[in-house]
Amino acid sequence: MWEHFHHQADIGVRGIGETLDEAFAEAARALTAVICSPDKVDPRQAVEIRRQCDDMELLLVDWLNALIYEMAVRGMIFSRFEVHIKGDALTATAWGDKADPELHETAVEVKGATYTQLKVAQKEDKWIAQCVVDV
Amino acid sequence: MDRKLVKQRGDTTWLIERSGKMRVDGVIYASADLMAGMDDKVAEQVRNVATLPGIVKGSFAMPDAHWGYGFAIGGVAAFDPEEGVISAGGVGFDISCGVRTLRTALVADDIAHMKGDIAEALFECIPAGVGSTGKVRLQKTGLDDLLAGGAVWAVDEGYGLREDLRFTEEDGRMAGADPSQVSDHAKERQKNEMGTLGSGNHYLEVQQVLEVYDAAAAEAFGIHEGDILISIHCGSRGLGHQIGTEFLKRMVQTAPQYGLELPDRELACSPIKSPVGQSYLGAMRSGINCALANRQILTHLLREAFETLHRKADIRLLYDVSHNTCKVEEHAVDGRSKRLFVHRKGATRAWGPGHPGLPKEYRAVGQPVLIGGTMGTGSFILAGSETSEALAFSSACHGAGRNMSRREATKHWRGRDVVKSLEHKGILIRSRSMRGIAEEAPGAYKDVAAVAEATENAGLARRVARLAPLICVKG
Repeated sequence: MWEHFHHQADIGVRGIGETLDEAFAEAARALTAVICSPDKVDPRQAVEIRRQCDDMELLLVDWLNALIYEMAVRGMIFSRFEVHIKGDALTATAWGDKADPELHETAVEVKGATYTQLKVAQKEDKWIAQCVVDV
Repeated sequence: MDRKLVKQRGDTTWLIERSGKMRVDGVIYASADLMAGMDDKVAEQVRNVATLPGIVKGSFAMPDAHWGYGFAIGGVAAFDPEEGVISAGGVGFDISCGVRTLRTALVADDIAHMKGDIAEALFECIPAGVGSTGKVRLQKTGLDDLLAGGAVWAVDEGYGLREDLRFTEEDGRMAGADPSQVSDHAKERQKNEMGTLGSGNHYLEVQQVLEVYDAAAAEAFGIHEGDILISIHCGSRGLGHQIGTEFLKRMVQTAPQYGLELPDRELACSPIKSPVGQSYLGAMRSGINCALANRQILTHLLREAFETLHRKADIRLLYDVSHNTCKVEEHAVDGRSKRLFVHRKGATRAWGPGHPGLPKEYRAVGQPVLIGGTMGTGSFILAGSETSEALAFSSACHGAGRNMSRREATKHWRGRDVVKSLEHKGILIRSRSMRGIAEEAPGAYKDVAAVAEATENAGLARRVARLAPLICVKG
């Protein structure tokens, strides 16, 4: 599950999952939802992403920024994500398609994930992974 | 904003007295109305900036301030070169985002019959929106030259007129850029993005001078009621965003080794003299040059399109300002001139009359300060005032500032309805994204007229002219 949360100038992305892996994957879907509806994007092409960081919150920002970078240089938008975090290492696959403003009804590009309202935590039986992104 | 967070000192000055770990006072310049609408977070962010080492005189916020990352958007802070820090968050992700305004030698009647054609031509020639790519293709060595040369490089490459450079801050080229400090990732991200507008609140707008407040300054800027102007709002695109992203992390990770205690990770900074600080300066200045070159290329594209459409058109640069920067400037502190690193995050430099850095045509009246409004309500041209130096290191506001999040805006408005209602008022909007239009609906922003008025009343800059939008290409 993912959701957006309020920030006056920009937007917060929040992934919620049974596991840390799922929360990270859902945060990525929330990131795509800033740009366009993820349901409009055909997950036809896979891109592998690897990141390492011993601080889980910095790792979340790294993960989202890696997706922002791949979207920018490949001209793609992603809609399906599989994330595996083991120790300080993140291994992930993002599936998506070439960005098409008309087809995907894209609203805005994301410049970067920020450390504002950054949180990775376990709350009751759910994991939450969130931060504000600059658009 | 909760009034208990500030103390009123005059009609437009609100003080946050030094307390706790603050090294200087905080000062917010705004009218009572703008203060009432300002988020409490602005006060918190002004206070946090005041705790940073080497901060001089005060932590300031402009009338359009809103809740940002680390620094408030609309934040101004200057640091001592020896003791001070430089902050990637204090510059922001969109390094050197700014506004460039051009005169056209046309008046409203000249284009009344051809607004639709102009809108189509501009929409065609200016790449805008998510994933758009420019026509300029650069190899790595070409990009390094661009990052070192800025708008000067662009003019050398045939984009625009030599004369444009005199009316660009830093004469079109930020000194001290070091392209070797810009990562390959940042360069890769820029490869296809030169000569693009971007998305979000970035735009290209054809405007009409609606009202002149200061005849002498308007005369010096070469504008009169009824004149057609063109404004571009955009920045350093993917390259700047990537530099911001990478250095934010480096500064967070290296802060403990420099003994920096950060009240908020987004305030990530490094001592100016440290290797990370110096590396960021070289990269950030390259980002400034990237933005200056980008706006210069866009100028060339729209100049070609406009001058083809109308034989009377003669596109001349009025001025180009950046509002996300850190620059080395001389300012009077306690009666003595001092070299400072001035961060302006969503704030515009606003040199007063007589400043030697101004082009001679403007020196008597002060620097043009270009304030972007919304596609429905218009924009302002201000001029730097004598008093701004003492108030906030010669700084002024930068725009209207949002008062509603993007998500809230899409609940209030539909893009097609916004386009239709603006067309009814004679404003043509061109965009590839209707959701983008809804997110940028005029009602989602503060009243730019109130911001400009408060800026004048505070003594930061004075109003010269109000511009009404006629055609807007939205990113």
